[in-house]
Amino acid sequence: MGRITLENVQKRFGEVEVIPPLNLTIEDGEFVVFVGPSGCGKSTLLRLIAGLEDVSGGEIRIDGRPATDLPPAKRGLAMVFQSYALYPHMSVRKNIAFPLKMAGMDQAEQDRRIAKAAEALNLTDYLDRRPGQLSGGQRQRVAIGRAIVREPAAFLFDEPLSNLDAALRVGMRMEISELHTTLATTMIYVTHDQVEAMTMADKIVVLRAGNIEQVGTPLDLYREPRNVFVAGFIGSPKMNLLEGEHARAHGCKTIGIRPEHLDVVDSGGTFTGKIGVAEHLGSDTFFHVHIPGMAEPMTVRASGEVGLRHGDPIHLAPQADKIHRFDDKGLRIS
Amino acid sequence: MARAITTRKKVMWTALSWGIGLLIFFPILWTFLTSFKTEATAIADPPVWFAFDWTLENYRAVQERSNYPLALTNSIIIAVGSTILGIAIAVPAAWAMAFVPGRRTKDVLLWMLSTKMLPAVGVLYPLVLLAKWLGVMDSRILLIVVLMLINLPIIVWMLYTYFREIPGEILEAARMDGASLRNEIIYVLTPMAIPGIASTILLNIILAWNEAFWTILLTTVDAAPLTKFIASFSAPEGLFYAKLSAASMMAIAPILVMGWFSQKQLVRGLTFGAVK
Amino acid sequence: MATQHSRSAARLMIAPAVFVLLVWMLIPLCMTLYFSFADYRPMRATFEPWIGFDNYVSFVTSSSFTNSVITTLQMVGGILCITIAGGIALALLLDQPIFGQGVVRILVIAPFFVMPTVSALVWKNMFFNVDNGLFSYLYKALGLQPYDFLSQAPVFSIVVIVAWQWLPFATLILLTAVQSLSSEQLEAAEMDGAPGWARFWYIILPHLSRAITVVILIQTIFLLSVFAEIFVTTNGAFGTRTLTYLVYQRVLESQNIGLGSAGGIIAVILANIVAIFLMRIVGKNLDN
Ligand SMILES: Nc1ncnc2c1ncn2[C@@H]1O[C@H](COP(=O)(O)OP(=O)(O)OP(=O)(O)O)[C@@H](O)[C@H]1O
Ligand SMILES: [Mg+2]
Repeated sequence: MGRITLENVQKRFGEVEVIPPLNLTIEDGEFVVFVGPSGCGKSTLLRLIAGLEDVSGGEIRIDGRPATDLPPAKRGLAMVFQSYALYPHMSVRKNIAFPLKMAGMDQAEQDRRIAKAAEALNLTDYLDRRPGQLSGGQRQRVAIGRAIVREPAAFLFDEPLSNLDAALRVGMRMEISELHTTLATTMIYVTHDQVEAMTMADKIVVLRAGNIEQVGTPLDLYREPRNVFVAGFIGSPKMNLLEGEHARAHGCKTIGIRPEHLDVVDSGGTFTGKIGVAEHLGSDTFFHVHIPGMAEPMTVRASGEVGLRHGDPIHLAPQADKIHRFDDKGLRIS
Repeated sequence: MARAITTRKKVMWTALSWGIGLLIFFPILWTFLTSFKTEATAIADPPVWFAFDWTLENYRAVQERSNYPLALTNSIIIAVGSTILGIAIAVPAAWAMAFVPGRRTKDVLLWMLSTKMLPAVGVLYPLVLLAKWLGVMDSRILLIVVLMLINLPIIVWMLYTYFREIPGEILEAARMDGASLRNEIIYVLTPMAIPGIASTILLNIILAWNEAFWTILLTTVDAAPLTKFIASFSAPEGLFYAKLSAASMMAIAPILVMGWFSQKQLVRGLTFGAVK
Repeated sequence: MATQHSRSAARLMIAPAVFVLLVWMLIPLCMTLYFSFADYRPMRATFEPWIGFDNYVSFVTSSSFTNSVITTLQMVGGILCITIAGGIALALLLDQPIFGQGVVRILVIAPFFVMPTVSALVWKNMFFNVDNGLFSYLYKALGLQPYDFLSQAPVFSIVVIVAWQWLPFATLILLTAVQSLSSEQLEAAEMDGAPGWARFWYIILPHLSRAITVVILIQTIFLLSVFAEIFVTTNGAFGTRTLTYLVYQRVLESQNIGLGSAGGIIAVILANIVAIFLMRIVGKNLDN
């Protein structure tokens, strides 16, 4: 139904190569998240798959059929845009019906599908409103409704939640995940928020400057980041990356220790320093610790309430089996 | 940030503005008043302001003049026709320039605007010659085409600026939803651009209605619009002021009303975006 | 945004507009250029296809050319002065908080929508006419001798008519510019102790300079081809023959096509010089 393969796909804007040749396979029914810093080419890659941009080289296949030269309308994909891109002059019902109308579907079938989608997305009461009269979350649902009625081979999302406030974002995140479970359709989801990536994805694709840095399940990426970039990008708060003396002690260029893998001990420990900022969240406590001889403060995550505050001395001991080691090229040493 | 303005100051400014405003408007007001006078009151010495027997006689007289209805019809057909033709050609062009900009889009747009700056006398004779050769001299179709051409750059320009305000993502959404290019323009772009298209139409009807070079020189009787009809009153006698005023009011009233509605578009359309 | 498909569609959609404008520009212009090198007087059945630059030489050296250039400059200059000065004053006035601002705006803008033949005739007959014009009544009321504007001061009279029509345009654009000036800037200057005239001179006027330039350029282009107002009032008599009018007379009245075409080409060149400056400003604005 929705297996998408990219073979040596590349994209240049004039002289600038935004995406160097890239290979990727997205299996049917998978929830794949493209994640990476701003400007790394996530949207561009998604738009190449959608057909909104031409590839500069390579092949795109959807279900084994070549799709490289197909216009967007013929690829059988649906897209949800960051700005929702609802048609402001049409009612919610007409918005959702638009792709069906374009496909020339008969009225009865249209009505059936719209009712079903509205039901699923809690939009039944709003069908006759204009997009301008809806809240951000409702608009988002209309955009999703417009995508699902077509029963596409795959859904493409480009940062669909970035215009919503934090609370709504968490709710919508779950709704989209649930939708994926019920529909079991391939979804490709672009975000620069690694929390979204970790919570929603079956498979994460980490991009940097158009290159794929690593592909894997969220936990693969968490446990075994392939290089320093992925190590720093995945995980919140960020992994502590240390060079120099401490790294040499482990026989490598860089070591990485996640904040949750540093234990606060009463005395001794590998690192001793002073607490700069202490963030008490109740469930967790984060310390930013200044350690003599280190440029960056180290981040530590202690669970529960810990009674230390700004200026207190602190001793830290990393969990020995959770230390990540990287070589001169930044690649993981296993 | 406005501070409290003393009422006295405000009244002073108001009086001054109204005074100047009425002074500027006076010729139109005077024409309006005169159009309801008899020819004798129209040239009375001293001038009569409001205290006269208002009569609709002049309007009736002008309408009965054989060529007034024809001139009015011609004006309407030419102004509306040239605008519709211009819109039909300009919508696709403006769509392309706004949503598929290329390296040369800007140059093409500027070149189009520059044709608007071509002085009409530079092409006067060839046009007369071509019109005669094609046998379309003094025909409505000739004026429709010529006025369409001189206003086309403004139409394209205005539509372009309106289209650019429509987010491209919405058109991409339509494309993803399976709309063909034609459907994209018919169902999504055009409805969203209706306000912009409407004001473009309005401004261009005004410009075409008031055009007074080609309409005077390319017509004699059959296709003569109101501009030419009014020009035929230019004999130096003072005995027909009231009728002249009535004819003038009938020629400018509809456009005056339309013009008042299109002030904002005027700035956008005639400055090519150089003033915002 | 663009794929190959949409790009080729775009080219197809621009094509008609480009094509008609190209034809409109090129064919008549080339014909004018061609005639400008010919001795072509259909009334006398003269046609000699190539006489070199003779037409240009005789057009430029004739006294009517010099006079028409002077008249054109006087007219355009006079109208620009009146509309710019008046426009700035009116824009500042309309920007003040007043009762019924919308109505005043409508009153001020109205002349722009009056068709040129109407405004020319109304002014000519109902204001400038020696016997029955309002100005004559005014002169008589003040105990003065009525003045025949259109024959005594014809250029001035036409300047008044055209300036009346274009004042709204200048006002509207300058008002738009005035309104975009942040009041905080003016308040800051007031805090700095700048008196009214200094605020106008150092803050408002520089802020308006761009809009003023645009008004000058656009009006110049339109004013260079003022036609109906002259046609209706003096028909080119009493030294009101502008370059445009001179070309019109050569071509259509005396039917000296060669000479008139040379004049037309000269008018095109002059207008283009102004247009280049205007296009620069517009082009810069398109970038952002
Ligand atoms: N039409 C274009 N022409 C030229 N360069 C472009 C174009 N579109 C994108 N780019 C460039 O391609 C690069 C990738 O852009 P893209 O929009 O894919 O980034 P992104 O990963 O989606 O970033 P963000 O998270 O900010 O949305 C950027 O450097 C951008 O400047
Ligand atoms: Mg993006």
